[in-house]
Amino acid sequence: MSDHGHADHAHEHPTWKQYKWVAIILGVITGIEVWIYYTPFKDSPYFVPTLLILSATKFVIVVMFYMHLKYDHKLFRALFTGPLLIAMSTIAALLFLFINRHHAVV
Amino acid sequence: MATAVAHEPHEHAHYTTTGLDHRKIAIWAFIGSECMLFASLISTYLIYKGRSIVGPFPHEAWTSPDGHVFKPILNIPVTSQSTFVLLMSSLAMVLALAAVENRNKPKPARITLGYRILSSSRLWLGMTALMGATFLGYQAFEFTSFVHEGLTIRTNLFGSSFFTLTGFHGAHVTVGVLWLLTLLAIDFKRGLTPKDALIVDICALYWHFVDVVWIAIFTLVYLIK
Repeated sequence: MSDHGHADHAHEHPTWKQYKWVAIILGVITGIEVWIYYTPFKDSPYFVPTLLILSATKFVIVVMFYMHLKYDHKLFRALFTGPLLIAMSTIAALLFLFINRHHAVV
Repeated sequence: MATAVAHEPHEHAHYTTTGLDHRKIAIWAFIGSECMLFASLISTYLIYKGRSIVGPFPHEAWTSPDGHVFKPILNIPVTSQSTFVLLMSSLAMVLALAAVENRNKPKPARITLGYRILSSSRLWLGMTALMGATFLGYQAFEFTSFVHEGLTIRTNLFGSSFFTLTGFHGAHVTVGVLWLLTLLAIDFKRGLTPKDALIVDICALYWHFVDVVWIAIFTLVYLIK
């Protein structure tokens, strides 16, 4: 090891059993998403928020456990979450700008 | 319990003043920039959603002026299968990385079939590439069936934004599969060792990112009307 300490090279990773459980959870959440699409719940006002929450949960699980962001250096977390926040803000801003202009174009 | 992974120093490691390898900093910065690329594509899709005046439409049937009836074009069961395949490819990818990282660890006294399977980086890299290729096969099937049903990139706003968004994602998956096959070739040629864990890790980060982008696309494009 050099004086730098190689911070990215001495971190913890989940065990293969944890990886397996993460995969099972991801599969189950995907199953729930598809299942509720075929139920009367899809006409409920809670359908879209539920799907967004489930999707965000899968996103966070993959990023934290499979991409090891939970275990890695905080600089990597900043490099990912910073642009991600900008990206989400951009989506929100564009939707606020354009979503109420309901006119067909093509 | 999480396991501590202490990578062996790389022969040609490039460390910065932060103590972090600049290749890993670069891939995270690249992934950050990719977030913004896909955000722009997803925004475009969402803004144009429901604004096409001619079909086919994603979730609703449409009758053309000449009386031809078009069914809703999205095939949720098929896309659900491809989504599941891509999610499971991420599991294979982390197992490939773990196999490379743990290669030099002391072997157990009794080597079981399970141990052999889990410690085979070739198997998991191959599985990941195969599942990525399967996903691309699903996408090729989907695109072909859409074209046969009358939806092309020039048909309407939905077609333009849909093919652009999912096409960009498919291109990323293609790059990922080629990257995985390159690693697999290296593994067959000289064997990947813990010294190579970082290059596998960088590929894994890219692959998982492609996976999380699809998690968003699947919900926003396919499931939400």
